[in-house]
Amino acid sequence: MREITLVVKKGCETCVMIEPVIRQLAAEQPLRVFCQDVADFPEGMNSIYDESLAQSYALGVEIVPTLILTEAGHEIARTEGWDRSVWEPLLGLSLSANIPGFRPGCGSRTLDPGMPERLAAQFDGDKLSARRLTFDESDPFEVGYDQGWSDGLPIVPPTTERVFRMLSGTTRDPSEIIGAIPPDYARCSVEKIAINAVMAGCLPEYLPVVIASVEAVLEDQFCMHGLLATTYFSGPMIVVNGPLSRSICMNSGGNALGQGNRANATIGRALQLVIRNVGGGRPGGVDRAALGNPGKYTFCFAEDELNSCWTSLSEDAGFQSDTSTVTVFAADGVQGIVDQKSRSPESLARSFAAGLRAIGHPKMVQGSDAFLVVSPEHERVFREANWSKAELIERLRTLLMISGQELVQGAAGIEEGLPIALKDKTICKFRADGLKIVRAGGTAGLFSAIIAGWGASGAIGSVPVTREITL
Amino acid sequence: MELLDPTSELSPEGRQPLPRLSSLQGKTIGLLDISKPRGNIFLDRIEDLLKQHGADTKRYKKPTFTRVAPDPLRQEIALECDAVLEALAD
Repeated sequence: MREITLVVKKGCETCVMIEPVIRQLAAEQPLRVFCQDVADFPEGMNSIYDESLAQSYALGVEIVPTLILTEAGHEIARTEGWDRSVWEPLLGLSLSANIPGFRPGCGSRTLDPGMPERLAAQFDGDKLSARRLTFDESDPFEVGYDQGWSDGLPIVPPTTERVFRMLSGTTRDPSEIIGAIPPDYARCSVEKIAINAVMAGCLPEYLPVVIASVEAVLEDQFCMHGLLATTYFSGPMIVVNGPLSRSICMNSGGNALGQGNRANATIGRALQLVIRNVGGGRPGGVDRAALGNPGKYTFCFAEDELNSCWTSLSEDAGFQSDTSTVTVFAADGVQGIVDQKSRSPESLARSFAAGLRAIGHPKMVQGSDAFLVVSPEHERVFREANWSKAELIERLRTLLMISGQELVQGAAGIEEGLPIALKDKTICKFRADGLKIVRAGGTAGLFSAIIAGWGASGAIGSVPVTREITL
Repeated sequence: MELLDPTSELSPEGRQPLPRLSSLQGKTIGLLDISKPRGNIFLDRIEDLLKQHGADTKRYKKPTFTRVAPDPLRQEIALECDAVLEALAD
């Protein structure tokens, strides 16, 4: 048997306008009317006041009026708004002629701001499987500290509503397992990532970037477990490329490596919180860093690829420019390169090389990889001279071929160094593919930045990983 | 307030106590008198027993049993001791 359901609200002019139609319909066929905002609309028709919106939510109503036809419990037709040319054939009736033939509807109350996640928490809570913890007397902003969830900064309390809102940022199922997070190798679902992203302060639209970052650090060659456990300074840094970096308003310009941009700040933090909370990786526990670095709170920025004369980091990794990616790198802090005089690419390359020589230790070679973040004013020097990124890297590698005489133990009065047997060798500071270049930064300032990598870069430790971001 | 657990849920809810000491030998045990009457008599006896087991002891006292220990006192105990015994006597 066919059943007709209509969802309306009195605050919708179209719903009020079609009142004669509703009355006519009710007179001719069995009709259930749900009204979202008041009891008894249309008046005297025994409509059901859907005050909790449970019915509207269960029906998936997005617009009022919504007319739904079901047969034996199965929906067979649905239409939104008022359109006589649709309603009449659907219902097999000739409807009131005294109103205009077409009016769009209004938004359903189920889609009011904040409402989707509230309703999901109320009616779909069983779609989330995380343990529910109750804190009756606690200050919400102290719970993260009391429970050991915080990295030292306040966290946003991960309520069911906030986690549902976060999950609206991805099409992936909350229960999908992304991988096993070191050091505990605990299975990590999309839901657990979303909970930590809430705590980090992310917006839902950042969630795909966070998930891609987790996927990237879990790739074997990134060596997340060792990176966490090392006594070295490093932690995971994220570089975001592609259109998504711009649509979520990431900072690739002035102060790109600094504070003040929500996406930059919270995406990097969310990754760290996943490692801390899901993986169980904590300072003093498996994280054995002697000093660490401030980037272990968060270290994430975007490349200013649209204004660059070079291929992007993402394109260098084999992706198309319209593909959004994350690249993760086992990174230390930022070391500045100041060169305000060089106007030739050769001179500026020499400045870069002199700075790069120092990372880790001036005698350390083939140990740390490095990212060179070239600012617009420095990039211009290479742009005007038509130096490609590959040419610059090649020149830097040549300039960083260092005589063993300078590298061995005792050289320059420093006991640290390579074994004496290597004194007649010439060795490049960087392993092949150990030097990456990205363009970022503000338009004023003849400065670039070196971000040195883990002393165990390359096959023995960590290799940068680039992953496509999927929504 | 209900929150979703952000952890792997491999450990039980709530805060975990530190692991128990495997031995008292050479450990410093704080003895906190909460300022109830005769707490000192109880703690004197405990102190004798702990010393017989090779532990060092340090004595502390809360200003009043009606309030939680002040931060500086808790910090002092945490910095100086491997474990603490709190005496509730009357």
